[in-house]
Amino acid sequence: MKLTVNGTEHEVDVEPDTPLLWVIREELGLLGTKYGCGVAQCGACTVLVDGYATRSCVTPADSVEGTQIRTIETVEETETGRRVVEAWVENQVPQCGYCQSGQVLAATALLTETPQPTDGDIEAAMTNLCRCGTYNKIRAAVHKASEA
Amino acid sequence: MGILDKITARAAPLNVSRRGFLAGSGALVLATTLPVRPTKAQEAGAAAEPAAVQAFLELRADGTAVLRSPFIEGGQGIYSAMAQIVGEELDLDPMAFTVESAPPGGPFGVMGGYRITGGSASTRTAYPIMRQLGASARAMLIEAAATRWDVEAATLITEPGAVVDPDSGNRLGYGELAEAAMDLPVPTEVTLKEEADFRWLKTGMPRLDVRDKSTGRARYALDVEVDGMLLAAVQHAPRLGMTPSAVTNQAEIEGMRGVHSVHMLDGAVAVVAEKFWQARRAVEAAEVEWTEGEAEWPMPADFSSTGFRDTLAGSSGEVVEIEAEGDAAAALDAADTVIEAVYDAPFVVHGQLEPPSATARFNDDGTLELWLPNQAPEQFVGAAAEAAGIDPAQVTLHSQMLGGFFGRHFLYRTANPFPQAIALAQATGRPVKLIWTREEDFLRDAPRPLGLAKFRGAVGEDRAVSLEATVVGEGPTQRWYNAPPGSDPSASEGISGKSYALANKAIGQIPVANPAVIGYWRSVGHSMHDFMYEGFLDELAEASGQDPYEMRLQLLSGNDRLTTLLTRTAELSGGWKPGPYEAEDGTTRARGVAMASPFGSEAAAIAEVSLDRGAVRVHNIWTAIDPGTIVNPAVIEAQVQSAVALGLSETLVEELVYENGEPTARNFDMYEILRPYMMPEVHVEVIESGAQMGGVGEPGLPAVPPAVVNAVAQLTGQRVRSLPLSKHDFG
Repeated sequence: MKLTVNGTEHEVDVEPDTPLLWVIREELGLLGTKYGCGVAQCGACTVLVDGYATRSCVTPADSVEGTQIRTIETVEETETGRRVVEAWVENQVPQCGYCQSGQVLAATALLTETPQPTDGDIEAAMTNLCRCGTYNKIRAAVHKASEA
Repeated sequence: MGILDKITARAAPLNVSRRGFLAGSGALVLATTLPVRPTKAQEAGAAAEPAAVQAFLELRADGTAVLRSPFIEGGQGIYSAMAQIVGEELDLDPMAFTVESAPPGGPFGVMGGYRITGGSASTRTAYPIMRQLGASARAMLIEAAATRWDVEAATLITEPGAVVDPDSGNRLGYGELAEAAMDLPVPTEVTLKEEADFRWLKTGMPRLDVRDKSTGRARYALDVEVDGMLLAAVQHAPRLGMTPSAVTNQAEIEGMRGVHSVHMLDGAVAVVAEKFWQARRAVEAAEVEWTEGEAEWPMPADFSSTGFRDTLAGSSGEVVEIEAEGDAAAALDAADTVIEAVYDAPFVVHGQLEPPSATARFNDDGTLELWLPNQAPEQFVGAAAEAAGIDPAQVTLHSQMLGGFFGRHFLYRTANPFPQAIALAQATGRPVKLIWTREEDFLRDAPRPLGLAKFRGAVGEDRAVSLEATVVGEGPTQRWYNAPPGSDPSASEGISGKSYALANKAIGQIPVANPAVIGYWRSVGHSMHDFMYEGFLDELAEASGQDPYEMRLQLLSGNDRLTTLLTRTAELSGGWKPGPYEAEDGTTRARGVAMASPFGSEAAAIAEVSLDRGAVRVHNIWTAIDPGTIVNPAVIEAQVQSAVALGLSETLVEELVYENGEPTARNFDMYEILRPYMMPEVHVEVIESGAQMGGVGEPGLPAVPPAVVNAVAQLTGQRVRSLPLSKHDFG
């Protein structure tokens, strides 16, 4: 099947129901997208599918043919993504960092849709788990990124 | 005995650059004689020359530095802290450092011949040697410049990355001096900087790895790729001690796409494939017949966490004394008012977000290379050598950045994937990367033990007069390092080691073996025992008609450090106000207070809670931490935020339940952890009292659970003695 990831079309030969996560990691070699739980609970595997934050660990590859998939590797290619990354750095958000690819992409999706989110918007959209408990810094960084 | 007490050797950096073990010519390379254990020859009186050592610090010709950290980075900011400390004394911007995890062995046993990444001990144990390392290198660079310019070294100064002669205006970068400095002897004595002269220490400078971690560039064990590797997945026996007797559909499994081979391991079935997803899909399809096998800690088929709690509660064996003051029993007998309570806390998993993995490769010369997450490199090398049947010298361990740890990556035998990866690499003749799915991680994790303690207390008018506390169970340090009951801090800390001046107290342990494989979890014994002790302390306050905050102040009378800590925490919260009261948003709230003395530091917390449809909601945590002496206040603040989050998680929702010898939850869908909407505002104050440096990674946690539970009691009148709160109805 053909998948368009980070603007490039890739021909991949996998079982149709292979989770997008493992296609991204094992077929395309993009390792910034993380495996955390495999059951759409933690969000470490979040990617953008047509701009929407999507948990790739439960997304069958054949269901996203024809879409635009973006991973953390190219997040800074959009203005919003770049602002999110800078806000993450400025607020020193990550600790272990394992969940942060997904957090950054979830924030990018939120701010693309809602440039000036309220705390309630953030609570509704930013549902990825962080075992290091960086939630307060995540919220502060989302607000920071929304100011520009 | 604490880790700090074990440090007996004195630091002495050593110039090893001419020993020819590093290719990077032109670099000043410093190791240290401190942690190198004497060889047998040395013990026999031969020349006291340290064994071949690996470099701690390399200063490169381009002016950058490579620092090998004895401690492994997993979010606690230790790489940055090491650069900050060495950079301060070296006078080189910490951001100019590349920090790597040091390989096993060599000079890196800075904890007095060994090292682990745990016990909130890294910075406080390495602080002196790291400063001396930087200061020694700086002195050598100055000496090299003095020789070059033919002036007295004492007339020279440094600016970040350069030696400067104020008289002539001459200036040379460290990179230009590194080679000449390399030929100089390491000074026997160096003067460390005065605090007033610090450029970076005690500032909240940013961490080195934050940009890589914000852009997906950070790499973890799960991301390791080795040429020619196969991927593996396992299905563990439902109970430890069972082992596979057959895979009834093995041919079908072997025929699945990408599958290389199917293996029966001790206690597990493994599938090796070209891709991990193929291996996982196949191993999940495997129909395995399990039979009773052998294990050091076989899980009983009828084991349940509820049953084990009852076993602990009913244990009445001999009490091993831990602490005694006055005559607790006599004071209890004489008192008019005696209260009793039993507290417990459940098994909890580590739940680090990166699932465990290990990559193993046997090289043509028979040596073994491993890439894996760990908190104790030397211990892993020993165990890997044993698993592979080779000498430890033939094992090369590449310790990876940790995607969270919280105690998950100590050596727990059955909880670490690497023995399976080694077996599969041997069986296939190929490098193998084994990933445990989250479900297999839950099944084989070494959770924090379920803990229980029994309390009896006597109160007089306006004061507590006697306390008897007995912990029942087993701590991880007894399990893994043979610490005897009574001398195993992990079994009692947080009930032992409290600072309150009670005239009569008796703290003891009834040892009861835990059938489950148990491990260290952030704050270890403190993670639950402070909840129990501080909860019961509030019960004593109520029984004696005292305010819980005032009672603590009374019990800390004369203890300036803790009195300051507690009062500053109250001030941070706007003044002690137990409630209940109505908040601006119309919710009815109340507050609770608690304290803890974990890992060489002191902490206090005040929690503010309300009820939301019968569930506890935490609105604010105000917490002050006094680590004595600090390195980076921003890192401390971040670590306290993190510790508070984990403390809230176990208080509100976490509980690993066993039924019929198996955990009932295998992933985050059935095992709740703190979600973003549960996170309160966390207000942190860092107090530097000037006392001996304590830890910062764990100490922010232990005061949080009791502060919340005490607030809930204040709000509802319901005294919770068993965590988590989610199993109680506050309707």
